[in-house]
Amino acid sequence: MSYFSDIYHGIRTLLTGMGVTGKYFLHSRKGAITQQYPDNRDTLKMFERFRGEVVMPHDENNEHSCTGCQKCEIACPNGSIEIIWDRQVDPETGKKKKLIDKHIYHLGMCTQCGLCIDACPSDAIKWAQNFENAVYDRSQLTRVLNRPGSKVRAGVEE
Amino acid sequence: MYNSLIITNNIHSWVVSWMPAAVTGITEMIMIALAYLTLFAVLGLFLVLMERKVAAWFQLRIGPNRVGFFGMFQTIADALKLLSKELTGTDKADKFLYNLAPYFLIISSLMALAVFPFSQNLQAFDINIGIFFLIAISSIGVIGILLGGWSSNNKFALIGAMRSGVQTISYELSVGLSLLTMILLTGSLQLSEIIEVQKSGWLIVQGHIPAVIAFMIYMIAGTAETNRAPFDMVEAESELGAGFHTEYSGMKFAYFFLAEFINMFIIAAIGTTVFFGGWLSPFGITESIPWLGVFWFFLKAFALVFLMMWFRWTFPRLRVDQLLTLEWKYLLPINLFNIVLMAIIVWLNFTIQF
Repeated sequence: MSYFSDIYHGIRTLLTGMGVTGKYFLHSRKGAITQQYPDNRDTLKMFERFRGEVVMPHDENNEHSCTGCQKCEIACPNGSIEIIWDRQVDPETGKKKKLIDKHIYHLGMCTQCGLCIDACPSDAIKWAQNFENAVYDRSQLTRVLNRPGSKVRAGVEE
Repeated sequence: MYNSLIITNNIHSWVVSWMPAAVTGITEMIMIALAYLTLFAVLGLFLVLMERKVAAWFQLRIGPNRVGFFGMFQTIADALKLLSKELTGTDKADKFLYNLAPYFLIISSLMALAVFPFSQNLQAFDINIGIFFLIAISSIGVIGILLGGWSSNNKFALIGAMRSGVQTISYELSVGLSLLTMILLTGSLQLSEIIEVQKSGWLIVQGHIPAVIAFMIYMIAGTAETNRAPFDMVEAESELGAGFHTEYSGMKFAYFFLAEFINMFIIAAIGTTVFFGGWLSPFGITESIPWLGVFWFFLKAFALVFLMMWFRWTFPRLRVDQLLTLEWKYLLPINLFNIVLMAIIVWLNFTIQF
């Protein structure tokens, strides 16, 4: 008798499927996932996990937490990150210390793999959610992530 | 051709008033033909837009909304684009058949459109073998598909066309038999007569259980006959490019495209006429206003079109062998049994009539 039970199961599963899609159809007005992009540029909020470009957050005292350990530079598979660093004497302790001069990030070479961010021990760099990265000249894609005059936050290196 | 609707009567008397009697017939035929061509184009464009909107809503998208109000003119813009495109063809194509093929489809669907009663007496051609004519005409369309696939000298087009032949010939059987089941109730093949019978209850109510089974079989087979997903073996995008119209471009492609959508409307319109009372309003609420019949007819037809779109965006596609299994092992035996059941019900007067 599997002939009739096949028909029964067939019809039942097809109706279940139609129920699911019908529910989607009825909720499409509120739940549309389409972003009408250039129109909603002001209100569009990208998702938390979106990988736009690598940025280095600075706090209000113009301090970042990059210690210049170069782990991100080593982790990067295509050499998008270059760190220019210097040994200077720390005025507080009087010891010689590694300090970054420039954290250079080539967006043009970056594949958004995220290995640098995983490798960073002090969470100095993270993903930004911007995506409008078009520029007129390739040289503008090379960015210096640490702001001029910024210094490493005290206590990060412990 | 001679109607009781006021507007058509007015046009008729206006034409008769200033024209010699010898040419009035031809003039009116041309006017009706132009009216149907307009209906064809408008329906096709509207159905394409509806398909895109409905598909978008099923997939939680928005759909075309840039050209005109809510994207109303999107398909018109598309049609204009197709009109302006170059008509290309393959090198060794059979040029005559290649150019002929789209017109087979267009003409067969136009002819099928001609026999529907859109409202009381609003019917171009009230032939006394209406249903038979529709079944016969709808199978001519497949010749266009076969010719197009064969003559364009492309293996994918040929495979698509052959699949179409297999599919349409198999499923025509189910369409015909399920309509025959309903003919047992009406006792007439004439479409206006069929609607007359339904004044005492739509046939799907009159015939209750076997009518519902016949309707389900009709919708499945009808979807298969229009070569739409989930039965889109003909245009299987993942396997055959665009199937039989791979080599067509510009307006000839648009003819195939339009005819596909018009065929979908025709299947829905036959379903409306035979199962859901055509232009009759539910419970006779607008019996006194005959032109509202057009509204009811299109409302029911578009509801059935929507049902077919719902199928398309819900069900997974079938393989060719599954397609034929469904037809020959399931639909056909059920259908034959269903005819016997319907015959018994009609014989013993078990129909529900108001």
